Amino acid sequence: MIAKEFEYRRPTTLAEATQTLAEHPGLAMILAGGTDLVAWLRDDVIAPDLVVDIKDIPDLSEIKVVDDELHIGSLVTFTDLIESETIHEHVPLLAEMSETVASPGIRNRATMVGNICSAVPSCDAGPVLLVYDTTVHLTGPNGDRSVDINDWFTGLRETALTDDEVVTHLTLKLRKHGGVYVKLMRYAGEDLAQAAVGIAAYPDNEYRVAFGAVAPTPIRSARIENTLHGNELDDDLVARTVAMVPDEISPITDMRATAAYRTHMTAVMLKRGLWAARQRLDGTGPAYGARLV
Amino acid sequence: MNLELKVNGEQWVLDVAAADVLLDVLREQVGTKSPKVGCERGDCGSCTILMDGRSVRSCLVLAVEAEGHDIVTVEGISYEGMSQLQDLFISNNSFQCGFCAPGIVLSATELLELNPNPSRHDVQEALAGNLCRCTGYEPIIDAVLAAGQGQGETP
Repeated sequence: MIAKEFEYRRPTTLAEATQTLAEHPGLAMILAGGTDLVAWLRDDVIAPDLVVDIKDIPDLSEIKVVDDELHIGSLVTFTDLIESETIHEHVPLLAEMSETVASPGIRNRATMVGNICSAVPSCDAGPVLLVYDTTVHLTGPNGDRSVDINDWFTGLRETALTDDEVVTHLTLKLRKHGGVYVKLMRYAGEDLAQAAVGIAAYPDNEYRVAFGAVAPTPIRSARIENTLHGNELDDDLVARTVAMVPDEISPITDMRATAAYRTHMTAVMLKRGLWAARQRLDGTGPAYGARLV
Repeated sequence: MNLELKVNGEQWVLDVAAADVLLDVLREQVGTKSPKVGCERGDCGSCTILMDGRSVRSCLVLAVEAEGHDIVTVEGISYEGMSQLQDLFISNNSFQCGFCAPGIVLSATELLELNPNPSRHDVQEALAGNLCRCTGYEPIIDAVLAAGQGQGETP
């Protein structure tokens, strides 16, 4: 049971939602899938006066390709991503990542946008959206704006979203690539990441490399990307980038893993992930969904 | 506030607060006791219900969110006697204390609806979010596989 009472609204337009949020600065929270929000309400992690349920706002559940961009609405769930032919055709990595998120009963409700709005260090969507140079589209009382995913995560459970804004959708530029999401868990099935690596390999030896659960936010490593850039992948190059891992991440020790284990395994996952991403770019390598650790 | 809730085909009009969680409303106001209060944070799966045919953690849904949706609990799939899956749970000794069983039956019901011929891996994935501390899972997986068209064959 939830100890604190609050008011509940279910607006049917974005304008109504943002106006409601603007009228309750700092006191309202947005509800989409609710898998984080309701747990946090129960634990008194958050205590809003008002909960604004955005699920009745139309058009936020779309997955579509517009020109050379993939558009993913803010109400798209992890199950939607797993079951979408558009996702499997264009960015199968999003399905690979989604299959590692919690369990079906959570994935049927939890949204990918909610995942990056909750912005816990282990959020699975973080590293993957980082390697696609995703754009986050928001609307507020002063109109629409967009935020580069690289500027989205501003701290532990903190994002660029302001109190009166709603995320409407994400866009990803569609380019030929091979993607990988490697997630370390205590057991297969249902767990948060102990550490995670997201990689996209693009033609001409261009790479994006991101990490999850090894810093206060999901992070990209410019140093590793620059080392890889323009060079054909070989054992020596992989060894040099893997050696950079300890300086690029700042994991903690908690009940799920020690910092030393997280660091060691992040290096292992980067090594396996780089080869798999490179091979997938060429149309070879392990099928999407294969587990590399 | 007034809430119209459709549970197992019956329409209910209930008086709830915004902070009331669907699990508590189902158990205490509607009287369906099969969804269990376990971890109350989405990890254990014992509160699983079907919402529009999909498995959902009723501990992580506000009752007010469920308006306009079709809620089904184990009571709802047993009106005309037990389902084939439930019979197979009995013949395979798939539960002992029974606390996890309603959630597992519903998770497996969703799986078989989407994929009538699941592999052992499919079953394991579908039930990954339903914890059982008695059986060691194998009799549960065997029952679900037997309910599938493959009759327990593992590729």
